[in-house]
Amino acid sequence: MLKFLIKGIMRDRHRWLFPILIVMFAVALLIFGFSFLEGFKMSYIQQTSRFNSGHMKVVSRAYAEMLDIKPYDLALLDVSEDLYEWKEQYPQLDWVERINFGALLDVPDNDGNTKIQSEIVGFAIDLLGSEEEINRMQLKNGLKRGKLPQDASEILISLAAAEKMELKVGDKVTLMGATVFGAMSMRNFQISGMVEFGVLSLDRGAIVADLSAIREMLDMQDAAGEILCFFKDGEYNLRDATKIANHFNGKYSNKEEEFSPQMLRLNDQGNLGPILRMFDYSLVWMSLGFIMVMAIVLWNAGLLNGIRRYGEFGLRLAIGESKRMVYTSLLSEALIVGIAGGVLGVIIGSGISIYFNIHGMDMSVYNRSSNMMTENILYTSLTVKAIIASFIPGLVSTFLGAALAGIAIFKRDTSQLFKELET
Amino acid sequence: MKSLLSALCMLLILPLYGQAPSAEQIIQAVDANMISQTSKSRTRMVVHSRRATRTMEAINYSRGNNMFFSEYLSPPREKGTKMLKLDEDLWIYDPGTDRSIQISGNMLKQSVMGSDLSYEDMMEETHLLDSYNAELSGDIQYEGRDCWILELNAKNTDVSYYKRKAYIDKQRYVCLYEEWFAKSGKLLKTVKASDVQRIDNRWYPTKYVFKDELKQGSGTEYYLEEIQLDLDLPAHVFTKAMLKK
Repeated sequence: MLKFLIKGIMRDRHRWLFPILIVMFAVALLIFGFSFLEGFKMSYIQQTSRFNSGHMKVVSRAYAEMLDIKPYDLALLDVSEDLYEWKEQYPQLDWVERINFGALLDVPDNDGNTKIQSEIVGFAIDLLGSEEEINRMQLKNGLKRGKLPQDASEILISLAAAEKMELKVGDKVTLMGATVFGAMSMRNFQISGMVEFGVLSLDRGAIVADLSAIREMLDMQDAAGEILCFFKDGEYNLRDATKIANHFNGKYSNKEEEFSPQMLRLNDQGNLGPILRMFDYSLVWMSLGFIMVMAIVLWNAGLLNGIRRYGEFGLRLAIGESKRMVYTSLLSEALIVGIAGGVLGVIIGSGISIYFNIHGMDMSVYNRSSNMMTENILYTSLTVKAIIASFIPGLVSTFLGAALAGIAIFKRDTSQLFKELET
Repeated sequence: MKSLLSALCMLLILPLYGQAPSAEQIIQAVDANMISQTSKSRTRMVVHSRRATRTMEAINYSRGNNMFFSEYLSPPREKGTKMLKLDEDLWIYDPGTDRSIQISGNMLKQSVMGSDLSYEDMMEETHLLDSYNAELSGDIQYEGRDCWILELNAKNTDVSYYKRKAYIDKQRYVCLYEEWFAKSGKLLKTVKASDVQRIDNRWYPTKYVFKDELKQGSGTEYYLEEIQLDLDLPAHVFTKAMLKK
């Protein structure tokens, strides 16, 4: 029977060419769309975790309440002993101390008076002692002028901010901020290099300094605004993160004590949770939208094809085939066409996705006007989930389109179909 | 002699006993009482933040209400830090970096030494009638003193606080309590003045409590430990050269 149906389809170009092409292009497009979204999501997680959230983050409970403004005056103090214990307790994680701060960057003229000044965002990281942090912040790749800091008196500045303030490598600047206890604090630094972070919000005006210098400036010896945790395999795993965070908070966090530590998963921080959920839901919405649009297109194609085939249906009814049998054969043909189009679509869509997974797409033009932390080169990520989520709608929409178009067979009188056979 | 003149001025701008003064007359009388030609004072500021309590001592010089110089004496981390206000400009000198930095823009909204006061508060024009329309809205007993309630509404939007409410001591022409509001009506800061003392024919509060209502913590106490009024101050005190001396 299957062979008979396939032969029937193959001998009539109108039955397969248009439907297969539609399903193929749509499935290919859907696979690429899903791969792009997955790649975008991974890039977002990667970039956000590097610069901001970690896979998890330990902060004081008071700090967690105002996480978006990064209030380093509510930092964790005297952390080294605790950190030692946490490292022992959770060996699957890399622990990274950081201080994010806001300050005034003041550039002096030859007489030491203010020439120009600007508010900046500061990252204090272990620049001098950890190659991993340099890699994590992609400072080597992002370095556009000068060199990485060689001692605690040197800082990196975003290229755009440096150009705006007419700064050169080697220039001396003063950072003015407030200590963890609120006192005014200043420190002189030398610009060792200029970087492009590839993230609009940071490229507007950020500096990177060594943790030791900023600790001294902000009176934060043995303190950290945030302690970022990264899975050693580099992949964010929500289930494991939840397990670890629950265990950590149960053991070390005290709701009554505002400066007790609290571990936050990436999903718990700011809008990151809703954004990641939005990525996941988009898969479902895209599939549903795809099924609807495709079903309507294929329904119309099926109707046109059905009209063309009324003569054939009349003949089949005349030789004793029941309406149900005609309808079933139509659905079976649709399934065969759907499978063929879907398989071709998977091959083409996967091919395109794999190409961009290897070569990447330059998204820097779009990133310039976006606050979302994604990398300038975006790599698609093809998953089995994406293939299944594209193939099934391709099949369902073909089947649904044929099922809707085929209803017309039941709505017509047998005598009318016979009559159409005569014409 | 200058104190006597101030007292005379105060009497002249006040109406005869029994007549209710206007809001403008009350403010002029407060200014005449509080603003001296020059002053030198030693102050102690206790900042109660969420995390710690810090005490800072400073020596301050002022000429009128537009020139102000201050040098921090303690604690060690702040010692030698100086501030200079000349009309609309404010500089801070840090001995650790040997830099004088001009405070401007959004930085003016930052807290002064972690206190509940901002640089903008320090910079504010004390002649309130230039920026606000004043209205006498009633009487109140505050801390055992008979007070007028003054309501001040900004004439334009270039002020830090759109609306102010002040309780003015009827006998001593001292503002004992103030509330500062945003345009939305949200209470931003409160100022309580107490321990009012007679100093050279003027009445001066020697303790203030500033509270930023948007911050946690129990506010900033500001004590006037010593004050000399209308003394001869050399002109060089209010120059940028003093910052690095």
